[in-house]
Amino acid sequence: MIRIATRVLSIAAVLGATWACAKPPASSTSAVPTSTEPLRWGGDAEGGAPFVEADAADPTTLRGFDVEIATMLAQALGREAQFVQVAWASIEQSVARGDFTIGMSGLEDRPALHERFAVSLPYYEFREVLAVRAADSARIHTMADLRGRRVGTLGATMAWEMVLAAQSTHGVVPVSYDDDVHPYTDLASGRVDAVLLDHVLAERSLRRIGGFVIQPEAVARGHYVAVLAARDSALRDTVNATLRARMRDGSLERVFRSWNVWDAQQAAFQQQVLRDSVPSGDAVTTGRDTATSIATYLPVLLRAAVITLLLSVLAMALAITIGIGLAAGRVYGAKPLRILITAYVEIIRGTPVLLQLFVLYYGLSDVVRLPAFAAAVIGLGLNYAAYESEIYRAALEAIPTLQLEAARTLGLSELQILRLVRGPQALRLALAPMTNDFVALLKDSSLVSVITVVELTKQTAIYATNAGSWAIPGALCALVYLAMSLPLSRMARRLEQRWKIA
Amino acid sequence: MSRNIAVRESALCVRALHVGHGDRAILRGLDLDVAEGEVCAVMGVSGAGKTTVLRVVAALQPFSSGTVEIGGVALQPGAVPPESQLRALRRRVGVVFQSHALFEHLTALENIMLAPVHALGQSRADAAATATRLLESLGVSARANAYPRQLSGGEAQRVAIARALAPNPQLLLMDEPTSALDPARRSALGESVRVLAAQKRGLLIVTHDVEFARSFADRVVVLSHGTIAEQGPAIEVLTQPTHDATRELLR
Repeated sequence: MIRIATRVLSIAAVLGATWACAKPPASSTSAVPTSTEPLRWGGDAEGGAPFVEADAADPTTLRGFDVEIATMLAQALGREAQFVQVAWASIEQSVARGDFTIGMSGLEDRPALHERFAVSLPYYEFREVLAVRAADSARIHTMADLRGRRVGTLGATMAWEMVLAAQSTHGVVPVSYDDDVHPYTDLASGRVDAVLLDHVLAERSLRRIGGFVIQPEAVARGHYVAVLAARDSALRDTVNATLRARMRDGSLERVFRSWNVWDAQQAAFQQQVLRDSVPSGDAVTTGRDTATSIATYLPVLLRAAVITLLLSVLAMALAITIGIGLAAGRVYGAKPLRILITAYVEIIRGTPVLLQLFVLYYGLSDVVRLPAFAAAVIGLGLNYAAYESEIYRAALEAIPTLQLEAARTLGLSELQILRLVRGPQALRLALAPMTNDFVALLKDSSLVSVITVVELTKQTAIYATNAGSWAIPGALCALVYLAMSLPLSRMARRLEQRWKIA
Repeated sequence: MSRNIAVRESALCVRALHVGHGDRAILRGLDLDVAEGEVCAVMGVSGAGKTTVLRVVAALQPFSSGTVEIGGVALQPGAVPPESQLRALRRRVGVVFQSHALFEHLTALENIMLAPVHALGQSRADAAATATRLLESLGVSARANAYPRQLSGGEAQRVAIARALAPNPQLLLMDEPTSALDPARRSALGESVRVLAAQKRGLLIVTHDVEFARSFADRVVVLSHGTIAEQGPAIEVLTQPTHDATRELLR
């Protein structure tokens, strides 16, 4: 709960910093007059230290090794560095759009990147390492040791691709996260059995959270790079020259040392870079042509669509059941009950569903440890119940009083009146807004990727990152969503027509 | 019109009825009787309290003091009791609302069957037979499977009457039954009313239709400012009025 709160606060602070805009990172204020416009670079401050994080002492300034490297690059160009906040998975797409010139924030090098972007020299070599609970440290060393076990990692990363590959080769169960903190808390609490991520992230979480060990063997190696648009290849060459110069004069080493991520491996790696014999990383993915990528990903997208549909149907069923109860309580209940229900409805409607999902899944995990899918159904169900109850309440109140009085004079009990007269007519009125809500729920279900459920949108994002473009994955995803929502709207319209004649 | 009221059983007996709304008195000490087999028309200009009488007797509205007795069932002053305590009253009193208030999601037949099946526990077959017979007697059996919005005003009213009659009440209350009817339908309704009275039911009809009351009511009660201004045999009162309120009605 506290973690979520601080996390939300830090995101807010960073957004504030971005909008306030003018402030460059602290270290760049020292010298170099800006002769041209600032060098805009994008990263994700939610990724946190040691990459990019909001300064705890002054949340409007940023710190991290990526911040210092960006400042170095800007200074070499005689420009000021200006940070642009962007979600990590969207950094490359934002570069392509021209939101900023350079994207860097622990960005992993992979072959597909070079097809569409001007990619800098690698400036850091990371190891993909397995984190396991201490009790398992003697047993689990490689992916092969994890058959049938749950392995968590950040979605849309090299590690995710490796876990997916291990799913087919070793039978591991992939669990995708949207952030790099919760995989480790879930590891400590037993929700997953191992986490595969960069050693930088693993070591950071070990310091902060603990409760697990990092296996020393590297499962794979990869590199962090800066990404520029293909048209900026000349600027990329300047960036490369700067990176080489800073490797030679040791200032890059000083940066990494100050963030505690320097080791012997990095020294060897920098020598290789300077000798122009850059070791290639172990990235799993290779460039695929469009047709192959569609053929590979379509079945995966369809499977994810089934998750989305199942999740939405179950959540809606829950929302309808609870919503009817809430509406009945609000229309018929005593005053204290009405106040209680009104408070519930207002709290749920007044706070983001994302926050509610976080609280339910992570915040309450000490009290009740829900499986991710169940948490998603319950979270969305409870949220939509508040909206449904308002629809039903309005519908119940729309039934003419005279009809209710007529029913009373006929000797029907209040419950019979609700069941036989008021309810059925209210349901007809509620049908159209309920259909709207279900279609909205179908789309809101994409939010549950924050609690590790991989549904259609998350799967599409993974596909898009892999393909290096949103065009085809986005179109396929839209088609699948429409294929689910259009028949529904049509059915509702038909039903409405039939009831209108009646 | 020389029916002897005194020897017949009382279908409705109201004594010293007071109804207030805030500090405004709507009914001030009203006495009212309807005997079995009698058609009683309650008349008066708007705001005289006609509809309030009807709603109090139907236990849809509370009253401040007085007594209301319907075939041995008494209503107490104060808040309207919950439906569970009104079972006996509901069986004895049927209500036909001015706007019919039919259940829009049910057919004419289903509207009529609802109370017998769910409130009285009759079998669906029995309830359907009764409903069909009622629709036939009112001349709308052809519309049994129509939904309320498909019915004309006159048809809807006859379905509403059939619905109120299905539990076989001793007292039937009607609110402005002729307001939406053409002259032909109005006399047909009058004939139906007489048939119902002949079945020993008491009928209390709120109306401002002088012609209808003169032709089909046994007795007329004229209300003015919450009390009775004048009452007596319908023809007498409505041809030789003695009170200004009645004269105003006839104007």
